[in-house]
Amino acid sequence: MSDATNTSNDTGNDTSKDTSKEWPLWEVFVRSKAGLDHKHCGSLHAADATMALQLAREVYTRRQEGVSLWVVPSSAITASDPGDKPMLFDPMADKIYRHPTFYVLPKAVDHM
Amino acid sequence: MSTPSIHVGTAEAVQYVLRIGDACLILAQRLGEWSGHAPILEEDIAMSNLALDLVGQARALLTHAAALDGQGQDEDQLAFLREEREYLNPVLVELPRGDFAFAQLRNAAVAGWLLLLWQRLEHSKDAEIAAIAAKAVKEAAYHRRHAADWVVRLGDGTPESTARMQAALTQLWPYFNELFDADEVDAAAAATGLGPSWAELRAPWTAFMSELLAEAGLPEPAPSRFQSQGRRGVHSEHMGHLLTTLQYLQRAYPGGVW
Repeated sequence: MSDATNTSNDTGNDTSKDTSKEWPLWEVFVRSKAGLDHKHCGSLHAADATMALQLAREVYTRRQEGVSLWVVPSSAITASDPGDKPMLFDPMADKIYRHPTFYVLPKAVDHM
Repeated sequence: MSTPSIHVGTAEAVQYVLRIGDACLILAQRLGEWSGHAPILEEDIAMSNLALDLVGQARALLTHAAALDGQGQDEDQLAFLREEREYLNPVLVELPRGDFAFAQLRNAAVAGWLLLLWQRLEHSKDAEIAAIAAKAVKEAAYHRRHAADWVVRLGDGTPESTARMQAALTQLWPYFNELFDADEVDAAAAATGLGPSWAELRAPWTAFMSELLAEAGLPEPAPSRFQSQGRRGVHSEHMGHLLTTLQYLQRAYPGGVW
């Protein structure tokens, strides 16, 4: 598997490092200001959610980047396989009729 | 040592502000020693962030102390060019950085104390002090939470972490007394509305600390009669070593700035 997120589970051949004692990985999302959505900005290791929030605050918001934080266990995220990309996403390339660009809008809402 | 030392006045208001400013300055110096040494990268950044908050508070207070003193000195001269006996921080903050348990327990104790102090200084009759406190109170609240979480994790953790937290508590306990010492400087500050007597902070701080130790599963030590005297300029043997590091650049390169 070429996917980097999967190699961490593949410890069968690596006896030099015991990863079972490592703190779990958390994905960090920061809302930069009220009204905007939380954006993924990185990840970190922490023993639990409380610690993850505090460390995320220290690492990812020290230059006023945010007003709200989410942390999510990385293990809770199921990702699509990069190998499936042609199958999953390429078929959309020639279906421009799905973009609502063929409607003529009234003048009043021209800048929608 | 090519730069002559400076001296500050002994006016009570100046001494009162310096005691708090020096507590922030010297703890920041000790926390800065953790840069590159914390157990994990994120906590390394956290400890540096805490240190920088404290440096900011120290800068504001030393600048204001210099203004109250009226000798035309600035924050840098006060921070770097005084002699040991004119630093007025409690001995607690100058003790060597210790292990991680020691550092976090000291942080929790000092942040809990500073939070109570800032909350009262927000109502200072000195508008500058009130403004400094209004900003610092948020920082101290976070410092307290961050350090207190570690005290609970380590105190209520593995046999190794519990033993280390217990050892840190035994070591630090006698030095907490100085945070509630009071003398004529405190009396003057309370009378003029500059700030509270440190003695006022003992009851609320003890309530906070008892609750924290209970949550961490650490038995509260018996009261200690030891009374350190850092806030009167009488320091431990560690202070001179700390100052040689803190003062080196200004002594070697007088007036050096970024």
